[in-house]
Amino acid sequence: MLSFIGMGSLDDLFAHIPEAVRLAGGLDIPAGRNEPDVADDVARWGDANRAAGLTCFAGGGAYDHEIPSVVRALASRSEFVTAYTPYQPEVAQGVLQALFEYQSLVSRLSGLPIANASLYDGATALVEALNLAHGATGRSRMLVSAGVHPHWRRVAATFAAGTGHAIEVVPLRDGVTDWSAARAGDDVAAVVAAYPNYLGALEPLDAARAVADERGGLLVVAGDPVSAALVRSAGEWGADVYVGEGQAFGTPLSFGGPYLGLFAVREDQVRRLPGRIVGETVDAEGRRAFVTTLRAREQDIRREKATSNVCTNQTLIAVTAAIQLGWLGTRGLADVARACAVGAHALFDEVTRLPGVAPAHGSPFVREFAIRLARPAGEVVEAMAGEGILAGLNVGALTGGADPSIEDPEHVLLVSVTERRTRAELDRYVATLGKVVR
Amino acid sequence: MMAAMPGARAASAPLMGREVEPTMFELSVAGRSAAQLRTTGIAPRDLGEMIPAEHLRDAPLETVALSERDLVGHVTRLTHRQFSVDLGMYPLGSCTMKYNPKFCDTVAGDPRLASVHPGAPAALTQGWLELLVTLEERLCAITGMAGVTLQPAAGAAGELTGLLLMRAYHASRGDVRRRVIIPDSAHGTNPASVTLGGYEVTTIPSNERGLVDLAALRGALGPDVAGIMLTNPNTVGLFEEEIAEIAEAVHEVGGLLYYDGANLNAIVGVVRPGDMGFDIVHMNLHKTFATPHGGGGPGAGPVAVAPHLVEFLPGPRPARLAEGYGWREPARSIGRVHGWHGNALVLARALAYIEVHGADGLARVAQHAVLNANWLRRRLAATLPAAYDRPCMHEAVLTASPIKSATGVKALDVAKALLDEGFHAPTVYFPLIVDEALMFEPTETESVQTLEALASAIESIAQRAGSDPEGLRAAPRHTPVGRVDEALAARVLKATEDAARPR
Repeated sequence: MLSFIGMGSLDDLFAHIPEAVRLAGGLDIPAGRNEPDVADDVARWGDANRAAGLTCFAGGGAYDHEIPSVVRALASRSEFVTAYTPYQPEVAQGVLQALFEYQSLVSRLSGLPIANASLYDGATALVEALNLAHGATGRSRMLVSAGVHPHWRRVAATFAAGTGHAIEVVPLRDGVTDWSAARAGDDVAAVVAAYPNYLGALEPLDAARAVADERGGLLVVAGDPVSAALVRSAGEWGADVYVGEGQAFGTPLSFGGPYLGLFAVREDQVRRLPGRIVGETVDAEGRRAFVTTLRAREQDIRREKATSNVCTNQTLIAVTAAIQLGWLGTRGLADVARACAVGAHALFDEVTRLPGVAPAHGSPFVREFAIRLARPAGEVVEAMAGEGILAGLNVGALTGGADPSIEDPEHVLLVSVTERRTRAELDRYVATLGKVVR
Repeated sequence: MMAAMPGARAASAPLMGREVEPTMFELSVAGRSAAQLRTTGIAPRDLGEMIPAEHLRDAPLETVALSERDLVGHVTRLTHRQFSVDLGMYPLGSCTMKYNPKFCDTVAGDPRLASVHPGAPAALTQGWLELLVTLEERLCAITGMAGVTLQPAAGAAGELTGLLLMRAYHASRGDVRRRVIIPDSAHGTNPASVTLGGYEVTTIPSNERGLVDLAALRGALGPDVAGIMLTNPNTVGLFEEEIAEIAEAVHEVGGLLYYDGANLNAIVGVVRPGDMGFDIVHMNLHKTFATPHGGGGPGAGPVAVAPHLVEFLPGPRPARLAEGYGWREPARSIGRVHGWHGNALVLARALAYIEVHGADGLARVAQHAVLNANWLRRRLAATLPAAYDRPCMHEAVLTASPIKSATGVKALDVAKALLDEGFHAPTVYFPLIVDEALMFEPTETESVQTLEALASAIESIAQRAGSDPEGLRAAPRHTPVGRVDEALAARVLKATEDAARPR
């Protein structure tokens, strides 16, 4: 091959690169090893993750749901895993149709007519929603409920440094957003509420809708898609934009990624939709076909005038979600949501009877609740880990200190129950918490 | 009787029959479900007892109703309508579609990694922290940088993170800067990221050699320039030989150099961005370290920086402590750019790839990628001439303009005809500065036999352009669907099952 191109050695291929910038002596990393040898390292890393063996009661946007063999088998098909972005629709109908089905499912879950083909995760979906609201209103002021996950709020603040958006966090009072605490002025681009919020609380969203109407902004609802099987959808509450974290649908906890940013809008915002969208059309012979559409919005065409720089999304995770939702079906999704709620309410009732444990707020919840503990939550999590239980999330660690969502977050534990938790596991949780909380 | 039956008829020979596959919704038959959930033993309770009526749905959420067998059939038929790296070659310039070693799938699937909750405290996730710290160290060594963030979920997210780092750095010096310079050959994400980073784009032209025009760059530089974004080798597959001069000129006005790592796979182990004078580097892990593309994600776009930018990196960062591992917030962090710690399982795959390849293996990746691209470029010289007539790096921009002037057959037609030959199309009409561009990137993972088969297919298409141009314009004919009506899809948007069908 070298002689065919008139070169004598592999080094000749790089001869035109100035000597001064070429690396002498090779990279300062270990030499290559065979796969079984590297597998030994991976096993060592895996074994050092004590969390992997615990019974999981942690949530906060990352949930331990059932992932059946059939979903694992289908979602790991190499035709999906090793496919390219479907820019050549004639050889990408598999991914395109799966994304169309995913969009259809997200639309139903959100109660909004148009969903995109996914974004990176819930947090970055929120950032894109704020950018969309800015584009739609020409304004930059964002009223964000403190009930939105603290990490999502932090991510929104990071990206606001570039866009110049003013993000105002509106505090919670007893778990519910106190919209009256928002600074006056009708120059608002977006009102963002979480449903349920990150502390598990369900707050009626008519208040948020009213603030959006009074101030002229869009209503963005950050919603848990599993709870959506039981509670009113973002669309039913009058949301303009829905964002959510879709990990619950077929993706393992994965130490936080890759996850799935759910994103849906009303029809009037479709031209501002970030990321890819798949539409139905026909081929040259009139047969149904699918294709990425409204491409003129995207960064590779609009360049510096684009309102989003998103190129890659989370296609494989979106396809996985569609398959998991296909497995669940109407009945299974409702069963999962109800089992989560039943388990969470049983555990809540039992742990709040323990001395040293109290509800952190008085609002209704679906599948996740917050409790105030006599001991710091971090210590309780550590002690319960010793008994084989991941007790929940230390809210103080999530907020990183004082936060307008709740007082003294270091003593608050966020607890989630999924359909995988059994009566025996709940009993063990209650007994162990009773022991360690004092 | 048949007509009244619910559900839809599916053809189990999609590749032969070119039949339309029904959607999950069309296949649904009320009452069916594949789900089997754990028997929890927890006493049931009425919804109304748990959740106030004002929150409950008015009507049940209807999705689909399929048996497990229905679902497996449907999804398997969809996979038969999908091209993939495991099936054949994607000679796609710029996008680097290479073979993904199966070992890395096993790593990502290890439940001791995959079942770890991201909010578990550091004491319970020591293995993950060591893995991430090890990856950070490897990426620093590979790029010649001092620190790295693993949070960005994709290359474009990495770009925006890099621009926010640039902004934080200048702001920390009380320095207000307005503009970022980008060559006209840049990827579209670059200018879009610049805008979202709060800067204005100044585009500079490439010279006749396809490289940055140094005089134009000097003319565009000034005290209000925050930095420049460069891809090197650039998007026409050529190495910016004057990189040292470019770096000096940008640094002289106080600007920073941003390295778009889209083409790092061409020089990995041979040249380090840090040694070229870059301050900020993003990497697309799927391109250089072979994490699978997933049909358009998930990716991962870590950003590495020079010493003067480490204190601004997103936090928290995994850290090696006196004893074990933990999380640390950089002193002047720009904040989080991901809901948790980044696309961790993608990062684990990339580390496994790096460990298997090592210093020697990574350099071979670059060498063989460049060898394959130059071989293909030479092999096709008579059919599709190169836009720039000299050795390329890992990809070659060729042009179909001689075919177009002789026959009217365009680059797009050549690309679509290749689909009928069992190859994915190359990148068409990018970069924008080359007429009738067809951009080929064979990658290091394809054999010379495959390259020869690709070249023969292209030669045969070029011959048919003269004899049967209409036939080529109607290609592809042997794919699950023929050319699709993109205009109709955009004119009447049907993005969900519930929307009206376009006509």
